[in-house]
Amino acid sequence: MASLTLLKWTAKTASRHARSLVGAGARLAELRAVNAGLDGIQRRFASTDLLKTELYDFHVNKGAKMVPFAGYSMPIQYQDSIMDSTTYCREKGSIFDVSHMLGITLSGKDAISFIESLIVSDIAALKDGSGCLSILMNEQGGAIDDTVVTKVDGENVYFVVNAGNREKDLTHINAHLAKWKADGKDVSITTHEDRGIFAVQGPAAADTLQKLVDIDLSKMYFSDFTVAPIDGIESFITRTGYTGEDGFELSIPSHGAKQIIEALLSAGDLKLAGLGARDSLRLEAGLCLYGNDMDDGVSPIEAGLTWTISKSRREECAFVGGDVIKKQLADGVGIRRIGLICKGAPARNGSKILNEDGEEIGHITSGGFSPCLKKNIAMGYVKKGYQKSGTELKVEVRKRVSDAVVTKMPFVPAKYYRP
Amino acid sequence: MLSTSVRQGARQLRLVRNVAVAALANGSAQPIGAQIAQSCEFGSAALVPLKKTELVSLSQVGGNILPFAARGYATVVDGLKYAESHEWAKVDGETATIGITDFAQSELGDVVYVELPEVGATVEAKETFGVVESVKAASDVYSPVTGEVVEVNDALVDDPSKLNSEPFEGGWMMKVKVSDASDLDGLMDSAAYSASCDE
Repeated sequence: MASLTLLKWTAKTASRHARSLVGAGARLAELRAVNAGLDGIQRRFASTDLLKTELYDFHVNKGAKMVPFAGYSMPIQYQDSIMDSTTYCREKGSIFDVSHMLGITLSGKDAISFIESLIVSDIAALKDGSGCLSILMNEQGGAIDDTVVTKVDGENVYFVVNAGNREKDLTHINAHLAKWKADGKDVSITTHEDRGIFAVQGPAAADTLQKLVDIDLSKMYFSDFTVAPIDGIESFITRTGYTGEDGFELSIPSHGAKQIIEALLSAGDLKLAGLGARDSLRLEAGLCLYGNDMDDGVSPIEAGLTWTISKSRREECAFVGGDVIKKQLADGVGIRRIGLICKGAPARNGSKILNEDGEEIGHITSGGFSPCLKKNIAMGYVKKGYQKSGTELKVEVRKRVSDAVVTKMPFVPAKYYRP
Repeated sequence: MLSTSVRQGARQLRLVRNVAVAALANGSAQPIGAQIAQSCEFGSAALVPLKKTELVSLSQVGGNILPFAARGYATVVDGLKYAESHEWAKVDGETATIGITDFAQSELGDVVYVELPEVGATVEAKETFGVVESVKAASDVYSPVTGEVVEVNDALVDDPSKLNSEPFEGGWMMKVKVSDASDLDGLMDSAAYSASCDE
């Protein structure tokens, strides 16, 4: 059932993705909007309704092309091309404004057990000030969202959800929260609407940020979290990101956003980068884009994210949708997310994946030209049995069939800072 | 033909033209633009600014090629016909050479893949004849004319970036034997196309 939903979804979006992107043509504005990948989410919002982050004017002054993304007007690129901007992040480093994403804190004696009831990870077992990627689950075993969850301490949990899922996530969380509160549990929610988020990514990220903080970043490893002043402004610092590079996500009070982004730009070699480069980087890093590579109809196991399900929780699966996951862990699943390197035209969201006999066995969910590898990369879902690295497959783009080979992800090796 | 000084790599060529465009529009006399105009293979082409942005004279830029001009301007070439969908046609007797405009390539960004029709295929006016793909998107391109494809620019398959660097020259896409010359009447001249891009 889960896989069927996905396949329907991809089929539905396929034509839009492949063919609605006209032009050298008349619909260039539309094309720009599609660039970022989250097609469906973007188009729900007319441009007049778009929200602006604290830094909208700053971006425009820096020459950004602004596009609608998840209800916000966000920079897709600045002066540099997406190609140059992507490679620059891996060579030196980039700053991304991702203030459209929402930070949430759960507080109280029962905060940790509450979040654990909704996600697949063992948060209690984390040391204070560290986190992990996790999945917010629905009753059917599908993913409501993916989120990096941090155990701030025994009574506080901080996590960041996707902009496009903001309403859906909050509705879901608040519904469960009401039940917990009714049962007399101690947990409350704070949404950090008054804060912006920057991602600072790349080899120069740590040295640059170090100039603006008093804490020793060399002691802070991948997934670690701390609260500390940046350029004098109290910030949440998480050593994480969405590029495969070492880096940080910084949650900053909105009033300090401009000061900090300017301080970061002045402190070293970092350049501004937009959502276009961010999408190329995450694809090269093999990271899922929610809405493309995972959605409400796909389980973490099908998405190749079984590793996010903590071993300590696999026996009980005591979380929303846990009965489905328990069964999938025991019996396996019928589809799997894979990486592909493709010849011919870049295979993008919606392209068919065929086996060597020409039989359709799946769909691409994200794909494009890799600026760093200079070849076409993609991820998608295939029927069980075709997921092994090295398997020769085909992709169909505009009725032309090209060779593709299943490739282990990440496509570009990750450079997370670990002890 | 283009002068040697302008043939120093495609990107630079575009910058030269952009600066030249700015200078011409500012009314300063005999800038590089005039030389380009005289030497351009499209004949007596004048380069005109597509986007109204801040204009600078050559004296301000000291003759250097500065990247400031890389954005905000796109060039058009006189003597060509333009479609609303941002393709150009250069008519020579019965044959039309077709490509995409500088404005189109700059909006698309780095072109990484080009799909061209087969020689001998028939293309229809206002119908797609190929696809241009940038890092982030696939885009159909539309033929301004109906006719038979007599030649395609295979060099683009190996080096799609020519579409970015020289959209009006080495980035041409196909040559079509035009079957109905009246197709051309529906196309715009450079001034009208410029104006349509400014809207």
